[in-house]
Amino acid sequence: MALLELRNVSKIYHLGGEEIRALDDVTLDIDAGEFCSIIGPSGSGKSTLMHILGCLDSPSLGTIKLDGVEIQKASTGELAHIRNRKIGFVFQFFNLLPKLNVVQNVELPMIYSGVSGKERRERALRALEMVELGNRLKNRPSQLSGGQQQRVAIARALVNDPKIIFADEPTGNLDTHTGEIILELFRNLSREGRTVMLVTHNPEIAAVTPRRIEIRNGKIADKVDTRLAGLDRKSAVVPAH
Amino acid sequence: MNLFNTIVIGLKEIWSHKFRSVLTMLGIILGVASLVGMAAIVKGMENGMKEAMVAMGGVDKVLLRVQPVPAWQDHLADQAPGRTMDDVQALRKSAPLIRLVSPEMGIEDVTVSRAGKSFRPEYCSGVWKEILDMNLHTLAHGRFFNEIDEEEARSVCVIGTGIRDELFGKPEDVGHEIIPIGEEIQINGQPFTIIGMFTKYMSEQDAKEAALKAREGPQKQVGPKRQKGWGRKGGWAFWSKNNTIYIPLYTAWVKFRAVGDLNGVPDPRLTDINLKVASLDQLEPALQQARNVLLVTHHGIEDFTFQTQENQLENINKQIQNARLSGGIIAAISLLVGGIGIMNIMLASINERIRAIGICKAIGATPAAIFIQILVESLVVSLIGALLGVFASYGFVEGLQLVTPSANTPIITPMAMIIGVAFSAAVGVIAGLIPALKAARLDPIQALRYE
Repeated sequence: MALLELRNVSKIYHLGGEEIRALDDVTLDIDAGEFCSIIGPSGSGKSTLMHILGCLDSPSLGTIKLDGVEIQKASTGELAHIRNRKIGFVFQFFNLLPKLNVVQNVELPMIYSGVSGKERRERALRALEMVELGNRLKNRPSQLSGGQQQRVAIARALVNDPKIIFADEPTGNLDTHTGEIILELFRNLSREGRTVMLVTHNPEIAAVTPRRIEIRNGKIADKVDTRLAGLDRKSAVVPAH
Repeated sequence: MNLFNTIVIGLKEIWSHKFRSVLTMLGIILGVASLVGMAAIVKGMENGMKEAMVAMGGVDKVLLRVQPVPAWQDHLADQAPGRTMDDVQALRKSAPLIRLVSPEMGIEDVTVSRAGKSFRPEYCSGVWKEILDMNLHTLAHGRFFNEIDEEEARSVCVIGTGIRDELFGKPEDVGHEIIPIGEEIQINGQPFTIIGMFTKYMSEQDAKEAALKAREGPQKQVGPKRQKGWGRKGGWAFWSKNNTIYIPLYTAWVKFRAVGDLNGVPDPRLTDINLKVASLDQLEPALQQARNVLLVTHHGIEDFTFQTQENQLENINKQIQNARLSGGIIAAISLLVGGIGIMNIMLASINERIRAIGICKAIGATPAAIFIQILVESLVVSLIGALLGVFASYGFVEGLQLVTPSANTPIITPMAMIIGVAFSAAVGVIAGLIPALKAARLDPIQALRYE
């Protein structure tokens, strides 16, 4: 059973009587432990797909199952709980709270899930160690470089031990070198067995992931699975014939 | 998401906009200060009024008043006898539930004079010694009239300290007590000897102030002497009680009434008959008894009525209630305005934080958590404002006393504080509702895109 199952999912907006299908009949499975990218030009519907996969939004039509539970009918409150416990987000603009320091930013998801103060601090420290920022705990986000901020955001995404991590153009606001470091971090996470979804418009970045899903006009235009082609070192699945 | 964290985050938010927060709180601060201050002033008024009521003779005093005869007795109006000594004697003999009957024969247009100084006292009446008990007078010096003074219509008088102040000077000015016992004064040109003087009556506040002044020693007079009216210092009740001259009732009759009338028939009517009942529990039967007796002496003409201090008390309570209501409404309006200020700022603050709210939602804040967060912030602002307002009310009351000194010291009551704080908490919650709802309903995707 796949970790995420999309069946005939559409997202329809109505703008001045005109019907816009941001997503059109998308069917998609994502397995646990996959490292996968969603790629497409802006306006293609890749953000909408990510929002629906990330439980920030509900589909207009179709069903979506996360971890075996159907969630297309979930209320905003229930979606918030799912986001809190099963999903981690990393954004292009880092989206740290400027008034909180590094540890507090990382602790925030645990505050919403009701983790006690002591455990919260311990887990935040562990997550920050993992992204090698254990020495900048009391700094404000504005006192950090872009790469460091993005690492804090990754620590925040990891801290509730989510089933799946979404990264929306995580390198879009970083220089090439720093972007490399961040991508390496995701690659490491994937190697540790985490499920990571990378959303980008840049094919070069998408190239780091074994599986690529290309979106055009709200439909899946192309699926490249290097595993199926036998190109992936680790988890190649050789067709039966 | 526990409440403690929420409050801490709310406090942080307030702290990071100190100036704005204080401005926002100002409405609540002023509202609470005016509520507590208003309640303190009304409480002071109430105390002053009740004190004055006791000064005028206490609760068991009943005034016998004249009233126009009722409509069905209109044809008898000419024969209405008014209050006379007949009533007094009859009540004394036949109304055992009435403990005390005190007649007064007031003298109109009185001028008292001595050694070129003259002055018009508030009261000059012929009375019996029952007046002491009736009006709760205390004799400080000399003696009161006895039966012989009454019998022989002697020209003697007992005065209040206000009369002494006018004719002999104030002890505060010379630094020692002035006791004019044995001195002669003229009442409307007729010589009277002072045989007694009452103590100086004053409200508690005035007594305290006088004691303070006495401790400090005599003050040097700077500039011209100024007259102080009763409106400024001491209640009217105390002032008039001090400005009283009593002479024996019979003396009043012989020296003023009997010779005063133009067509040769002196007016036998008294200006006042005051009663005290034996026991307050028996007030109704006592008044019924007195009414029966008086109906006999008045030949069935009902030209009299009773005014009890209970009515007076009711009046006081009604006035206090009115004052409290109007003050409360004013304070409520200013709290309301404060609440609108909070709502305004909370809305602005949410607009500023749309992105942050979006981030919180993306990482798992439920709409309920955001709702509570905003509500708590609004509540914290209003509660801090309320606490500051309670402190400000002390200053407010002090300042008010400086500007308008009154006999009635405002008293800040804990009840008013509790009501003020509770009311502003309610205002804070209500003001926070709309902003909190707005924040809770924000769409996380749009909030995240917001620049």
